[in-house]
Amino acid sequence: MRLLLAIWAAKLASVIGRLVGKKSSSSPGVIALKICPDIIGRLRKNIKGEVIAICGTNGKTTTNNLLCTALSKCGYKVLCNKLGANMLGGIATTFAQACNIWGKFSADYACLEIDEASTVKVFDHIAPDYMIITNLFRDQLDRYGEIDITVNLLKTAMLKAKNIKLILNGDDPLTAQFGKDNPAFYFGISEQVLPQVDDTKEGQFCVFCGGEQKYNYYHYSQLGDYYCPHCGNKRPHIDFEATNVDLKNSLKFTVSGCRIDLNYKGFYNIYNVLAVYSAMSLLGTLPENFNSLLADYKPQIGRMEEIDLGKPVILNLAKNPAGFNQAIQTVLSDKRKKDVIVAINDKANDGHDVSWLWDVDFEKLRDENLNMLITTGIRLYDISLRFKYSDVKVSSICPSMREAIQSCLRTDAQVCYILVNYTALFPTETIMLDMKKELEGKK
Amino acid sequence: MDYELNIVHLYPDLLNLYGDKGNIECLRKRLLWRGIGANLEKCTNENNYIDFKNTDIIFVGGGSDREQEIVCNRLLEKKTELTAFVENGGTLIAVCGGYQLLGKYYQTPDSKIEGLGILDIYTDSIKGDKRLIGNVVIENETAGKIVGFENHGGRTEIGSHSPLGRVISGFGNNGKSGYEGVVYKNLIGTYLHGPLLPKNPKLCDMILLRALKHKYPDFHLLSPLDDTLENTANEYIVKTFANQSDK
Repeated sequence: MRLLLAIWAAKLASVIGRLVGKKSSSSPGVIALKICPDIIGRLRKNIKGEVIAICGTNGKTTTNNLLCTALSKCGYKVLCNKLGANMLGGIATTFAQACNIWGKFSADYACLEIDEASTVKVFDHIAPDYMIITNLFRDQLDRYGEIDITVNLLKTAMLKAKNIKLILNGDDPLTAQFGKDNPAFYFGISEQVLPQVDDTKEGQFCVFCGGEQKYNYYHYSQLGDYYCPHCGNKRPHIDFEATNVDLKNSLKFTVSGCRIDLNYKGFYNIYNVLAVYSAMSLLGTLPENFNSLLADYKPQIGRMEEIDLGKPVILNLAKNPAGFNQAIQTVLSDKRKKDVIVAINDKANDGHDVSWLWDVDFEKLRDENLNMLITTGIRLYDISLRFKYSDVKVSSICPSMREAIQSCLRTDAQVCYILVNYTALFPTETIMLDMKKELEGKK
Repeated sequence: MDYELNIVHLYPDLLNLYGDKGNIECLRKRLLWRGIGANLEKCTNENNYIDFKNTDIIFVGGGSDREQEIVCNRLLEKKTELTAFVENGGTLIAVCGGYQLLGKYYQTPDSKIEGLGILDIYTDSIKGDKRLIGNVVIENETAGKIVGFENHGGRTEIGSHSPLGRVISGFGNNGKSGYEGVVYKNLIGTYLHGPLLPKNPKLCDMILLRALKHKYPDFHLLSPLDDTLENTANEYIVKTFANQSDK
């Protein structure tokens, strides 16, 4: 009875939330957990097959949604926290929402994106069968302390899931280390693709002995074909490896003889697709037409999301140095004349500490194709200073995102990129969509 | 060029947690913009070398516990030279983890890490103590309001040393004393990152002026720069956080 009550309360809270226009997908679950603390565990039996947890600093929402999309297209019913509410409350909401009024649902698999810091709590409620870890980068330092703390949290969580099997990014020494204590499968990119530049290599010291790691080739941040000359730790054998990578026009690579060709932007998306491929292969659900499953996948909001406002305006979320460096690389690979807007906020979900801005290689934006650069967001002065000290000229410091976009639309640049961190994402998308509506109204 | 300073960044490969590269860029650019030479050397885990004789400013930042321990061991090998460098008036800027290393010891819940003992200060991190995290505003007589961000588990006692400033908002050395950082001769130790110098141009210039005077006794004045943006960024933090805590 408590279970039913909890589910009803959560459903009611969601309806009320929607009526008052709140998008919160976490609070209904929090209410449900108060009424029935073991709601998640009790609803587990409604999932016939495996539960897959998805963690990692960057790419977990994309990977989670890609996997859910791919499984659904194969005809499976998938429980998934698509909206990205990835702490305990959000997971509980996902379960409660799936239920009919009798407190039952039927799913073949569950794909759950889980915030790394929440894994310990969540695994008390539900022990995943598989856990994908996309990567570990420095993110939101003041919330998590240091990357070592995140590693320890994940280790503690894994101890709670006795039969867990890991699907790990084998190119990331910080992620691959979890395979020492658990059965694990690895994915990776097995050739040099990008120019070998020296950007922020965090965790470049061996996770086991502390000695300095070397690389045969490296992709970005600390990802690559690494080895430790001191203790012999090295990139593990890769079970699912990408080769023949081609980034021209679209994203192309081969994995286990299967040619992938997707209309996505960004090198990092190779990892997200590889993770999905690995998981489906291990679940025994891999179809022959894997590529076509993902071909019409619509990226999540703010993942190089393109909206036409008379000219293409591309919105991208970047929350940390690794994400920003990747975004900058993607912007530069577009050879059109472009305006760039960078918005930096410092709310709780962004991290109050903005010192990471100085670990981003912003000087790379100094490019012949860069037309106008506008800074905005709560910490617009910090980001402007960052550009000043890297000799990149800021055309305008503009507190209003709307005005920033409008001035970009007036230039003769062919495309506008907007790079934002987390809490600037949704308001910016709303502004872009409003502007699109206004444009269409005029026609 | 008549004047030039040689800057050494200590172990940027190990201690790179809080955008410390910004401090180095700030020191360098504010010299170059004035037509003063600035040479940057990096003492890394690999080369592990400091040419103390030809060094004017040494900077050491913060890192994770693991990497900080490696640095501590490396620096203990150079303890004598580093101490002499400071005693002779060399400029040393130490932020966060680098600051803690300068003291007698750093007591963590699990172990006691021996420090360089250049200063008569020590740091304790007791199990269960909350990390001190947040924006900070402090007041220094010469540099005015200094802003930054702190994130440290350790509490530092500076004994009879002079602090860098009085805390207006935030925690400072130990969350209790009301003071932040330490100043000794031309050494500055502080928990403030963010990074420290770009938003505090007066502090940066104070450091540069002292270093230049130390090297060139005839040097007396830094030409002014346009610091409108720097000051606006500084004032934003002061306005947003210092006033908040007054309420």
